Amino acid sequence: MDRLDELESESIYILREAYCKLGKLGMLWSIGKDSTVLLWLAQKAFFGHVPFPFIHVDTLRKIPAMIEYRDRVAKELGIKLIVHTNWDAVKIGASPALGRLECCRLLKTEGLKQVVKLYGFDGLIVGVRRDEEGSRSKERVFSERNESDAWDYTNQPPEFWNQFKTDFPKGHHIRVHPLLSWTELDIWEYIRRENIPIIDLYFAKNGKRYRSLGCACCTGQIDSEADTLEKIIEELKSTNVGERAGRAQDNEDSYALQKLRREGYM
Amino acid sequence: MSELKIVFVGHVDHGKSTIIGRLLYDTKSLPQGIIDKVQRIADETGKNFEFAYLLDAFAEERQQGITIDTTQLKFSTPARDYLIIDAPGHKEFLKNMISGAANANAAFLVIDAQSGVREQSRRHAYLLSLLGIKKIFVLVNKMDLVDWDEKIFRAVVSEIKNFLAPLKVMPEKFIPVSGFLGDNITSRSKNLSWYAGETLIETLDKIGGIEENFSAALRFPIQDVYKFDERRIIVGRIEAGTLHVGDKIKIFPEGRETIVKEFAWWQERDKKISARAGESVGIIVEDEFFNKRGEIIATGNAPQISNRLRASVFWMGKNFLTVGKSYKLKMATAEVEATVEKIIRTIDAATLESQKISVKLKRDDVGEIIFKLKEKIAFDDFGKCPATGRFVLIDGWDVAGGGIVLSAENSEADGTIFTNGEQNFRAELFDEFYYDVEQRKITQVAEPQNEIYRVGDKIQTAGFSYDYPADFDIILLNESAFVKIRDAEIISIGRLADYTFEKVPHVNGRGFGLKVNTSAQFEELLREFRAVENPRELADFSNKYFFLNQFRTLKFYFDYVI
Repeated sequence: MDRLDELESESIYILREAYCKLGKLGMLWSIGKDSTVLLWLAQKAFFGHVPFPFIHVDTLRKIPAMIEYRDRVAKELGIKLIVHTNWDAVKIGASPALGRLECCRLLKTEGLKQVVKLYGFDGLIVGVRRDEEGSRSKERVFSERNESDAWDYTNQPPEFWNQFKTDFPKGHHIRVHPLLSWTELDIWEYIRRENIPIIDLYFAKNGKRYRSLGCACCTGQIDSEADTLEKIIEELKSTNVGERAGRAQDNEDSYALQKLRREGYM
Repeated sequence: MSELKIVFVGHVDHGKSTIIGRLLYDTKSLPQGIIDKVQRIADETGKNFEFAYLLDAFAEERQQGITIDTTQLKFSTPARDYLIIDAPGHKEFLKNMISGAANANAAFLVIDAQSGVREQSRRHAYLLSLLGIKKIFVLVNKMDLVDWDEKIFRAVVSEIKNFLAPLKVMPEKFIPVSGFLGDNITSRSKNLSWYAGETLIETLDKIGGIEENFSAALRFPIQDVYKFDERRIIVGRIEAGTLHVGDKIKIFPEGRETIVKEFAWWQERDKKISARAGESVGIIVEDEFFNKRGEIIATGNAPQISNRLRASVFWMGKNFLTVGKSYKLKMATAEVEATVEKIIRTIDAATLESQKISVKLKRDDVGEIIFKLKEKIAFDDFGKCPATGRFVLIDGWDVAGGGIVLSAENSEADGTIFTNGEQNFRAELFDEFYYDVEQRKITQVAEPQNEIYRVGDKIQTAGFSYDYPADFDIILLNESAFVKIRDAEIISIGRLADYTFEKVPHVNGRGFGLKVNTSAQFEELLREFRAVENPRELADFSNKYFFLNQFRTLKFYFDYVI
């Protein structure tokens, strides 16, 4: 087995554990490369019969091409898709003008919390990776969130020997992270190996491409000539710029993402 | 080659994070963003650039100066990829150290040359051996603070060797380093010219690959069974061995036999006719028994099948692990209620001192324990197949302990056994009774070992909570047997049918005195015992015929040490 085989096997094992042990499940699909790989892995784990819905928290500020891609792929694969928007926040005019962190909190964190409550999910499958950012590197594969969706990262139970946290009080839920061990490079190599259809915003046009996707207002492009999978992989092998360098909300302060995640951000 | 998972462990402040930070920095394995961030924080606080900060991405950690949780970082040399797990050394964070170390292929024990082997150094070394990690290396750090003195290095090396010898742990290598200055991390140190061995990075690249478990007997624990369409698909990950279409397999614990018909797949390209250790697969078998999660599909040597097992356990729970208490035990995909039947001994992980007769393990203790399981399950001795021979224990909502299986035990509970060569009779004569002043309940603790007594053996008439006379007869009512003791020696063991009443004290199998003085009273006792039909009648019978405190008493205790 090579590295991608091992990662694939581990992720499939985790998805099946979640399905077996967690009751009501949903999987976040952000349209980005990571959660699209996750969608692919779920198809494999359940032999094309994914037994839970996909969820997109729509901030209404996404890059328009993302929404178009979302609706097309959902139709092609015939998946159950829940699209949710925090309309209360939209009504009060949530925008980066309130501060980028506040905007994220309202449209994404609160939007996500609403979906969890609305559908009563016991488990939420999320495509975060350890190498993305410091606070994500401390995550567990099965990570508990309390009634108010808060993450107590200083007091996490041990996780070893592939035994995950499957016992928790009612009202709490588990964030399941099947891609925790993957790197950005692994994701792209797997996309190439499996020939996974991926949104074309990642490919360079006129010397620029998106390395990470989010809301149009807070997601910048990087200078790049990488317009094929091969070139993206080559580019990543030689870069030493962080993946989320183009994400404006992270640079608001040194602990931006940690603060967001403690309150329930993905 | 696939990546190697390595872990750094050791006492708090011995410099693990600094060594790792230095390793990553020197090999340019970090994105500029992280270095900039640490530089920014150094500038903001007016402190030096700290290599350890590269790992400690959380705000709190910088404030406390200790690592809270394991961080996992990728790292590459031209030879291969590594996953570095930074296991923290602070005492109260043992559970996180376990999380990190349990998944490692090789371990580096970091010891401060100035302060030498400390409590956590010992504890971590012991836990590494308990977790089954065989490749252990020792880094003697902060050599710059001891003037690069070879004598001090040698002294630390011999200290750790002496400690590890009884554990049969033999570190592969001892390397003097300075994480702070970078000596012997990625480049050879001029200050340590007396050291002719390899640097940390050279050592890493020479560590042999992960032993792959393909040729072993098949172990395929059932994770789930799907019925999305007309097929019944058994899914799980192969933990050892290989599996082919057409293989005759057995499904344990029942041992049902069937044949692998085909592998399930989603896309054409995933079609296969065989799979091996490490792969998550789905199979369809010829006979659709009622297969369920927790069962193990095997070929070759059968796994152990038992409802009792002996294991080494490390405890991380807030509450004590206590004799008589039940926990959820999760081993591979099996989940079963497990009751602590007996704690054979506890081991102080820092000194390796063994304490016999215990009724509880407290946090950070290690013990050898016999568990009674609610039902029979299939498993292996850890030494034979680690993946199906290790387990975690759930107390309440959380993992509170982990363990490795030493052996399956007979289904019969052991304790004290009297044998006449033909028949064995069980008794609890030498069990101790304690009143736990914290939990305010009475606990019965069996003999630490499975003791077998024969005619001619001397017995210990006094324990902590019992004191028998030199001459007495034991009447084993449930077993219809007797044992005669004269002058603290067993003179006969036999069936009650062959028993002759003598005017000596009598006790039952639990050591409670019998209220009988004459043969007639004894016959009446036997008659009434045979008439007992339910627990209520048994209680009435016991109150009528047994002394609770003739030869027995109750001792108070407050801790697990007796």
